[in-house]
Amino acid sequence: MAEDATPEEIAQRIVAAIPNSTVTESHGDGHHFRVTVVSDAFEGVSRIDRHRLINEVFAGELGGRIHALSISCLTPEESK
Amino acid sequence: MTEQTENPLRDAIAEAIAENQVILFMKGTPERPMCGFSARTAATLEAHKAPFAAVDVLPDPRIREELSGISNWPTIPQLFVAGELVGGADIIAEMAESGELATVLGVDAPEAGVSETVDVVEAPPITIDGPPADTTSD
Repeated sequence: MAEDATPEEIAQRIVAAIPNSTVTESHGDGHHFRVTVVSDAFEGVSRIDRHRLINEVFAGELGGRIHALSISCLTPEESK
Repeated sequence: MTEQTENPLRDAIAEAIAENQVILFMKGTPERPMCGFSARTAATLEAHKAPFAAVDVLPDPRIREELSGISNWPTIPQLFVAGELVGGADIIAEMAESGELATVLGVDAPEAGVSETVDVVEAPPITIDGPPADTTSD
């Protein structure tokens, strides 16, 4: 059995993978998580493709080790 | 070379997506959702009064596998409109809030406050302590 994920791990992995990103919110109970990610990498990118960028960070773990991850992706402008 | 795939299940899913203007792949059914995210997304569609087809992915894990292979989207629910993936639970909720979902579905936005969360709780009447605001004072 893999160890439970933590909100900190989720946030760190996103920040490491998405250029110029900050995770302004990350919480969860080990299985269900919610994050808000702000990055200029989302500029001009559709909602679906923004989420795909995050999904790719956790490829294969979503629905498994990370049962559910609720995602909000904002550009710096949108986060104001 | 060869046009037909060796994967009838994948073909059947692709066909369902192509043939239904609005189709939701979910865990359970709209009447009996088996996951909160699927429940919310189905309820949001119902609040928009948009007719939609619903496919329960739970009876066979291969449905979900093949669906994710087609859509490049890992989680359930997944909403398709006119053959295109619109999003999962988060995106549908955001789009419902902003009014974009009604546009995509080609319907009027539901009345404010009726959509989103399903738990319609009887709220007590709001009372404000203190004297009423006096609009005539000058």
